[in-house]
Amino acid sequence: MGVGIEVANLNAWYGTNHTLQDISLNIPANRATALIGPSGCGKSTFVRCLNRMHETNPVARVTGVVRIGDVDIYTDTTPVEIRRRVGMVFQRPNPFPTMSIYDNVAAGLKLNGYSNRRHLDEIVEKSLKNSALWDEVKDDLKKKSGASLSGGQQQRLCIARALAVDPEVLLMDEPASALDPVSTSKIEDLIFQLKSQYTIVIVTHNMQQAARVAEKTGFFLNGRMVEFDSTHKIFTNPSDKRTEDYITGRFG
Amino acid sequence: MDTLAKEFQMRTRIRGFIDHAATGLAVLSTLLVILPLVAIFVYLLIKGARSVNLDFFTQIPKPVGEAGGGMANAIIGSATLLGVASLIGIPVGIGGGVYLAEYGRGTKLANAIRFTADVLNGVPSIVVGIAAYALIVMPQGHFSALAGGVALAIMMVPTICRTSEEMLHMVPHSVREAALGLGVPSWRSVLSITLKTASPGIITGCMLAFARVAGETAPLLFTALGNEFWSTSLNEPIAALPLQIYVYAISPYDDWHRLAWAGALVLIVLIVLAVSLVRYVTSRGVLKGAS
Repeated sequence: MGVGIEVANLNAWYGTNHTLQDISLNIPANRATALIGPSGCGKSTFVRCLNRMHETNPVARVTGVVRIGDVDIYTDTTPVEIRRRVGMVFQRPNPFPTMSIYDNVAAGLKLNGYSNRRHLDEIVEKSLKNSALWDEVKDDLKKKSGASLSGGQQQRLCIARALAVDPEVLLMDEPASALDPVSTSKIEDLIFQLKSQYTIVIVTHNMQQAARVAEKTGFFLNGRMVEFDSTHKIFTNPSDKRTEDYITGRFG
Repeated sequence: MDTLAKEFQMRTRIRGFIDHAATGLAVLSTLLVILPLVAIFVYLLIKGARSVNLDFFTQIPKPVGEAGGGMANAIIGSATLLGVASLIGIPVGIGGGVYLAEYGRGTKLANAIRFTADVLNGVPSIVVGIAAYALIVMPQGHFSALAGGVALAIMMVPTICRTSEEMLHMVPHSVREAALGLGVPSWRSVLSITLKTASPGIITGCMLAFARVAGETAPLLFTALGNEFWSTSLNEPIAALPLQIYVYAISPYDDWHRLAWAGALVLIVLIVLAVSLVRYVTSRGVLKGAS
């Protein structure tokens, strides 16, 4: 089951660059929340702060509080632990090139020392079914490399890989921006199904996509969150002039 | 319009010519690269093939004046030395490469290691031999296979370290992120993901280093020393093919010259076999479509 995320006064710096300024919002459990805004506005940095992925960059620094469920992710836990609870799907599909399809999905469990073969088989099948890839790959699970799949299939493989460790939250950083329209719509259908079980945060440049999949939408601009409201409100009657300008295509 | 079409035709012809010329040059260069190897190999076959017989692989050298004899002890000796060198040199080299690529990026220590490795790569092999002599032979008070192995290991480390680093750099950052994003600890990600992804290149680096030191004579002169008799002990002087070839080649006896040629031929063939074997073993189990 998904859990909600509370963010309070989150600030982030890359070196001296203040990329996120005083972000506070509540992301609801078991819903899809979209983050929109022009390139460089801090959306990607924001989602990276939700599973402490920003720490892989040595010059990154963060202040503020992020609570996922009832855990303060910066004080109560380790990056390794929080990343198991908060899965991530990246902009470009990044399957492990040397691993079979099966091993890609099982990677999160296997690399953490889990080796019950029968249970792994079940989890791999379930995850691939949940990511709508099972029927396309079930015959070459252990024969083909993850890198041999098409771009759209690779991205669904990456989603399956993230689901296999049974996270509560799924962060998606422009998951469809490198994909063709057919693959994109498959990913969107998937998000629609997955949000009953997971809390989904999706960064997107595609505003129709945000409107289609998300209940809530946040608009980011220059490191600040301008507006956060129901998707319907954001796209039909935004309270801030800048939001309106952005969604109507007047800038950005 | 007509002149334009003509000019276009002219240019196409020139481009075609340049294209052919460039391809021709590339083919020529390739031939020039292969030529020395083929020439050496053919010459060795002519000079040495007659002396390669069963005795060569089963007998130890006969005293001067007696006909026959082989290099069985030198073959085993070389294998022992290379085994010791690989056991030390490959882990140290790969470990250093992992540090340079994964942990030490941009640090002063990493820059110092990189510089040292590059310098070490250029140090004459006889100097490496002297280093191993001072480090192991002097304190122990006698020549030994161990000292020879260490000398060869010192020569392997810089090549393996630098190629491993380069190969790890070529693993896309997104692959590391994927592993970390799954909640995999970073040491595990380095071992099971990054190193594995880079392994074909790293293996090539190891094989290059291996093949290079397999033919080294100078670092063994005052470490392994050479041995006319059977020895497999790491604590005693041991024979090695390059050493034996060296001793035989500068001797005044014709039958020893012939054995030296045979030894050189066998050495090259064994190196090719060893490298091919490693490539074969490591290429099995590669999946369809893996890049």
